[in-house]
Amino acid sequence: MILIHCPYCEEDRPEVEFTYGGEAHIARPADPAALNDREWETYLYIRRNPRGPHAERWRHAHGCARFFNAVRDTVTDRFEVTYKTGEARPGDAK
Amino acid sequence: MKRFSGLNLFAEAFNGHKGWPEHWPDKAPKAAYDVIIIGAGGHGLGAAYYLAAKYGITNVAVIEKGWLGGGNAGRNTTIIRSNYLYDESAHLYDHAVKMWDGLSQELNYNVMYSKRGVLMLAHNVHDIQSFKRHIHANRLNGVDNEWLTAEQCKAYCPPLDIAANARHPVLGGALQRRGGTARHDSVAWGYARGAVARGVDIIQNCAVTGIRRGPDGAVLGVETEKGFIGAKKIGVSAAGSTSLVMRMAGLDFPLESYPLQALVSEPVKPIFPCVVMSNTVHAYISQSDKGELVIGAGTDAYVSYSQRGALHIIEHTLAAICEIFPIFTRMRMLRTWGGIVDVTPDRSPILAKTPVPGLYVNCGWGTGGFKATPGAADLLAHTIAHDAPHAINAPFNLDRFRNGRLIDEAAAAAVAH
Repeated sequence: MILIHCPYCEEDRPEVEFTYGGEAHIARPADPAALNDREWETYLYIRRNPRGPHAERWRHAHGCARFFNAVRDTVTDRFEVTYKTGEARPGDAK
Repeated sequence: MKRFSGLNLFAEAFNGHKGWPEHWPDKAPKAAYDVIIIGAGGHGLGAAYYLAAKYGITNVAVIEKGWLGGGNAGRNTTIIRSNYLYDESAHLYDHAVKMWDGLSQELNYNVMYSKRGVLMLAHNVHDIQSFKRHIHANRLNGVDNEWLTAEQCKAYCPPLDIAANARHPVLGGALQRRGGTARHDSVAWGYARGAVARGVDIIQNCAVTGIRRGPDGAVLGVETEKGFIGAKKIGVSAAGSTSLVMRMAGLDFPLESYPLQALVSEPVKPIFPCVVMSNTVHAYISQSDKGELVIGAGTDAYVSYSQRGALHIIEHTLAAICEIFPIFTRMRMLRTWGGIVDVTPDRSPILAKTPVPGLYVNCGWGTGGFKATPGAADLLAHTIAHDAPHAINAPFNLDRFRNGRLIDEAAAAAVAH
């Protein structure tokens, strides 16, 4: 079983304590009424689905119950890093 | 192609069976084809077969990264049914179920389609109401589906535990008698053999690395590990890898790829006469002709291309199976594996033209693509040959994610996702 590091609990915990929350860093539009259909489609449905590093949301449901983000390789399922909600994806220039 | 027949088998018996030709000889790719299909699974090989057999388009290549039938065609649990809730889905899946009938004869290859019935168990009041609604919707669409009481379920499937104090009490079930199973490898092999006999080239171990487009945006062909291959029309039938292939053509797709696991037990004598699914406890089971119990469940939680999954999913599945079928608690499991399924937001497939001229797609079948193999292949061939969708697959377009006309089988819960 995969061990996932919760950045809030600062512990490696088994995967079954967590739930998956989909791709990370998809911000809800600031002005929803201004979006056209194509932009709504992109926001709601288009996902990167990469073969390789994937930034995604996880929730420590049976622990602290908080959402956090992780970068996981989708080919090996190895977690590269986990980080708190609101922090930039590690490696991204800001 | 040398036909399989009683007479030929008899004659070959005296010849040490040395007179059978190779079914699909290795081919070096030609410089160009009329149509290229990416992905040599059941759907892709079938599309090539129908292009040749129904539309006379024989200058076709099927290009495959791995080996023929080695993806989800060889990794599924071979369940066939068409008891979907919405009209569009019922028409689409029933088109396939109708084609399963007679497929062995058409291909001259035994795909071992067995109408042993698919029984979906109801464990609570919500299940009963939902399944009865499905039954009525199905019958309005000409799809057979009937309600069985718990006792009738037990009569149809004797290993079932219908005790009132069971952990997951069986309150009844919905039975589609035309549902059943087929031999998954035979489907891929039968289509491959039929397609090659009509002039189709199957090129294995040849990953597509790019899609070349002209100044007008239309496709010119594919870049592969074996060089550039030209084609004015390209059909993509690449299951879990579809979004990667589409990105080569500059298209972002509403797909995510998840591992779906399955497992088989050691082979035993015939004990399990049908397919039983339980969406509430998330497991399904049947017995293959080899005697293995074939067991599956829902997808793993996260996006992955790893073709394996987490063990706790299997534990959960087997716990459910053992509760419903206490008779199997001491069965030993032989193999587990995973396939990568491409899942759309509404859990319905995309079988359509794309915004790129000459590029067609058949994807998004999620956890239930095998049952649709002949239908999807036929409709992809139709869409490519006519450069327009058939009425059956017209609703399964890409525009629905923009205009909101989703075919929301995800919410309809006809499927154990």
